[in-house]
Amino acid sequence: MLEFVLRRLIQTIPVLLITSIAVFLVVRLIPGDPADYLTSEDAPAGTYERIQSELGLDRPWPVQYFEWVGGVIRGDFGTSFRTKFTVSDLLKRSLPPSLELAAVSYVVAMAFGIPLGVMAGARPKSYWDWVLSIFTMTTIGIPNFLLGILMLWVFAVVLNWFPVAGYVSLFENPIEALWRLILPAITLGASQAAILARYTRTSVQESMGRDYIRTARSKGLSERVVIFRHGLRNALIPVVTIAGLQVGTLLSGVVIIETVFTRPGLGRTIIEAIQNRDYLVIQGMLLFLVTLYIAVNLAVDITYGFLDPRLRSAKND
Amino acid sequence: MTNSDELIGSITFYQRFRIGESQWKLILYRFLSNPQGVVAIFGIGLLAFCAIFAAVIAPDPNAQDATARFLPPSWDHFFGVDQMRRDMFARTVYGLRISLLISFTSVAIGSSIGIIIGLVTSYIGGWVESVAMRFVDALLAFPGLLAALAIITILGPGIRNVGIAIAFFSIPSFTRLARGQMLSEKRNEYVVAAQTIGAGPVRVIFRHIGLNAIPPLITQVALFMSTAVLLEASLSFLGLGQQPPDPSLGGLISASKTFLRQAWWYPLFPGATLALLLVSLNLFADASNEATSPWVRR
Repeated sequence: MLEFVLRRLIQTIPVLLITSIAVFLVVRLIPGDPADYLTSEDAPAGTYERIQSELGLDRPWPVQYFEWVGGVIRGDFGTSFRTKFTVSDLLKRSLPPSLELAAVSYVVAMAFGIPLGVMAGARPKSYWDWVLSIFTMTTIGIPNFLLGILMLWVFAVVLNWFPVAGYVSLFENPIEALWRLILPAITLGASQAAILARYTRTSVQESMGRDYIRTARSKGLSERVVIFRHGLRNALIPVVTIAGLQVGTLLSGVVIIETVFTRPGLGRTIIEAIQNRDYLVIQGMLLFLVTLYIAVNLAVDITYGFLDPRLRSAKND
Repeated sequence: MTNSDELIGSITFYQRFRIGESQWKLILYRFLSNPQGVVAIFGIGLLAFCAIFAAVIAPDPNAQDATARFLPPSWDHFFGVDQMRRDMFARTVYGLRISLLISFTSVAIGSSIGIIIGLVTSYIGGWVESVAMRFVDALLAFPGLLAALAIITILGPGIRNVGIAIAFFSIPSFTRLARGQMLSEKRNEYVVAAQTIGAGPVRVIFRHIGLNAIPPLITQVALFMSTAVLLEASLSFLGLGQQPPDPSLGGLISASKTFLRQAWWYPLFPGATLALLLVSLNLFADASNEATSPWVRR
């Protein structure tokens, strides 16, 4: 098992390297460099060169790359050209609200998606199966930002149950914070729940057709035990993968939902940085998100290795 | 081939067509005998009609000529009036038009490039194929919206750049699919026959294998169209796509947020249009999947 974990860890090193080079290049490929934007029209001659050397942009790309990566490893992502905040400060400030939203949405998705998938999968063509089909079609037709607007309209404007916008830290006022998280979390969790439910359904349905289920039934076990003890255990292994991979879509979703509900967070910071062409911020944020994504995938792989011993052998890489 | 009943069913089904009957006719017949397919055709047809004849059925989307702000839906303004006395029906129809135009052209370009790369590199095989597939893996590793955001960062906000981002984003998945098709077709006798009578690689790839490899890819094109519509709408919603005053479905839904108290119709009609488009595209994909793979029952 240790060998498996180590091998997986080593495999991520080249991926991280390529990603960091890609993110670095994305920012270099932008037409016009930051110094250009910071130099005003009537600045005295030589201002452009001065700003360029201040930002270190006059040095060759490989030097800039290693300096940036060296900084990142020490936790220094650089400083925003625009706002003079360090990127680490921006991260520290925008990460908690996003993580809170992502975590609560994830709980919503699991709490609705997995039971619904199990019900529909254990009893194909039943009432629950029909509910799942309707649910799936609805989440396909109504993208999360539209759902968010509809939720705001119904629950915040017409019924006036929730505030329209704003954010309170979970650590300062947990009840108020959760109250403000309900609408965004349901909005973001709904589509995830549908995807999760569909995969769970397929997996449960497949596992319910196996021989060991027939054996369990013929032993005279109650249907409840057959489904939960025998069917579900085997069915949930692939669900773990999907649930893990969904963290990636969740990250994309956070960007949109934060805009809908006017919450501070990674999404808002990135969109603002793109609109202001704040390169170091974009560079740092993209690297952070992609690294997070890779880390989650790694964690999923390792969990999978724990659940299914066959995957630990080197042959299956 | 799941069970023998289905197999026999399909054989009698095939016998309704004479030998030599076009494969395409068969697929079309199966597609149209599926209610999902018919609903999809109607939905897409209606929306495409509105988009194509936008100039005929709707007034200028940027003209501020209504009598007041925030008029509810009426015979003069089917979808109501917005905060700047503009007709919401016109804005929705023109928003739909740009949505369809951008998704269609970008998926058409992206899928063609992706399919050609996939077919050619996997026909050649060896290190060319390995290198291409490593690139595809790397590109597919990014979650959709983040990849699009990275591309918009390079190119800057704007609807044309959103199109480029979508096209670029669609290349790797089509490359991978086309490779799968090529691998399963490559060793067939008809390919060897074509090579033996002296057909060059270009002819073998596009004339012989290409035509057989395409039907299963239709489903993917339809599915990707819905991803493209969604991406375009999301990016426009974030303010990175179509720039005001020109309308887009995502942009209209985003703008409606400020006026939810004054105008319930503001988010409703652009939202319903987007929903109809997405559902139709998904039904189309489902129906074409069933039509092109007769033995696979889902």
